[in-house]
Amino acid sequence: MEFGNEISEDLNKKIRAVTALIESKNICGIDELVPGYRSLMIHYNPLLIEYEELVSILTEIEEHINVFELPPPETIEIPVLYGGRYGPDIENVAKHNSLTVQEVIEIHTSTKYLIYMLGFTPGFPYLGGMDKRIACPRLDTPRTKIPAGSVGIAGEQTGIYPLESPGGWQLIGRTPIELFNPERENPILVKPGNYIVFKSIDEEEYINIKSKLSQNGGA
Amino acid sequence: MGQIKIISPGLLTTVQDLGRYGYQQYGVSVSGAMDHVAARLANIIAGNDEDDALLEITLIGPKIEFMDNEVIAITGGDLQPHINDMPVRMYQALEVKKGEILSFKGNKKGCRAYLAFAGGIDVPVVMGSRSTFLKAKIGGYEGRPLKAGDILSIGNPHIPASKMLGRKTDNFYTYDSGKIRLRVVLGPQDDAFTNRGIETLFSNEYTVTNKSDRMGYTLNGPLIEHKNGADIISDGIAMGAIQVPSNGNPIIMMADRQTTGGYTKIGNVISVDLPKVAQAKPGDIIVFERIGLKEAHKLYKQLEDKIQSLKEFLNNNIKRNIKHYNIKINSKTYKVKVEEIY
Repeated sequence: MEFGNEISEDLNKKIRAVTALIESKNICGIDELVPGYRSLMIHYNPLLIEYEELVSILTEIEEHINVFELPPPETIEIPVLYGGRYGPDIENVAKHNSLTVQEVIEIHTSTKYLIYMLGFTPGFPYLGGMDKRIACPRLDTPRTKIPAGSVGIAGEQTGIYPLESPGGWQLIGRTPIELFNPERENPILVKPGNYIVFKSIDEEEYINIKSKLSQNGGA
Repeated sequence: MGQIKIISPGLLTTVQDLGRYGYQQYGVSVSGAMDHVAARLANIIAGNDEDDALLEITLIGPKIEFMDNEVIAITGGDLQPHINDMPVRMYQALEVKKGEILSFKGNKKGCRAYLAFAGGIDVPVVMGSRSTFLKAKIGGYEGRPLKAGDILSIGNPHIPASKMLGRKTDNFYTYDSGKIRLRVVLGPQDDAFTNRGIETLFSNEYTVTNKSDRMGYTLNGPLIEHKNGADIISDGIAMGAIQVPSNGNPIIMMADRQTTGGYTKIGNVISVDLPKVAQAKPGDIIVFERIGLKEAHKLYKQLEDKIQSLKEFLNNNIKRNIKHYNIKINSKTYKVKVEEIY
């Protein structure tokens, strides 16, 4: 299902409502829903539900979303240790925008970021709402290995790497929180439609949280 | 029950089932067998559930020692399986004895073979599936391809070994090298391409390149023309989606594809033809043919019916233990059929 061709909070809200409404109806033949920025992907089994029938059900659902009450979004606080060896590119970002490192941290922690969708790798949130004053182009040469939990900036976007992976983002810090842990009851920490705020922590706190998590098996 | 030992792992041997569903909205790839049909047939022959865990073997096969007696089935691409250096048949149940060695003498047809064990491979279920998702290092055997020295446990067979003999089927596909014909339903971003771009896809040959793996198959051929660029606002990607980035070369997205992406998708290879992609290897030639959604669903139903009737046929043959008796009562003879119905 396509809902428009832009990235906007209104569109996100609409997609979230349609997704929740479809889920609540437990329609036989619908296997999986993948909400995106401006679309909702529906995996269905044509042996259980015919295309025309599905389309007519979905059309009706779309007409009724205005009366559907969405659960209020949650805000999840992500602690981040900024700069140093955890965020080696924070000075690049500061210099690029003629700011101090402290100002970059203040701007980065003062926004509530909407989680538009998850994708790319397990638990990777596509966040909206970053302040353009800390925008910075990607690295010329991507790193081959970025540690899990790294917080970075790429152009006008900010994000968190849930897994160790290669990438060209400017790394400004790292969170001790695990966004993805397959052993946990809820393997994925964040959900589309919720908000993230970043909180600056020091190294002691970082180590504390990290060791607590490993004692609890990442729970 | 029992164990197997990997003596050498081959090129890329992983534990797979039919995939990890329900987590695509969180960015977790589906993974699972690349050739679903071959994997399901291997399990059906071995008397397993269709989505039990088995081995997916890529081009160069492993060497495996059986530490106990087992019943196995090998399907998919022909990599020339041998047991103790004697060639063995594919698509039928094989009894193997403790100490025997399974090896593969090389690729003859197709790309991926599936090795099912009666009872399935016993690895932990991670987020609803036993499939290996290599990028996230989860599922399967320790989240990674098999290595020499690995020992895998096999579950309890559903059917006793004595009743396994004779379970077999024909391959539903031919995996012909030469031209692989893939049928495609247009969309969801076919409107991002010029008419000439769409025409190009359906009237030319594309070569499978070396950049082809469980994530996707990059093809090489005449460039496909966009109207205004290849970038879209990211959305979900289905198995078999034909993604065309700005360089104009199509990529067929496969089992380990990322869940979302920002490139235009001109069309989708129909489910029934996905096994042909999974069995294609670098150098093979692909031609695309346009097909409607109704026709694609009809073909899908035909394939599913075929798999179901095979399953019923094999399982009826096994479970029905029928005995015929002639009974004489008052000098009259009666034929009596006794059926074991569990």
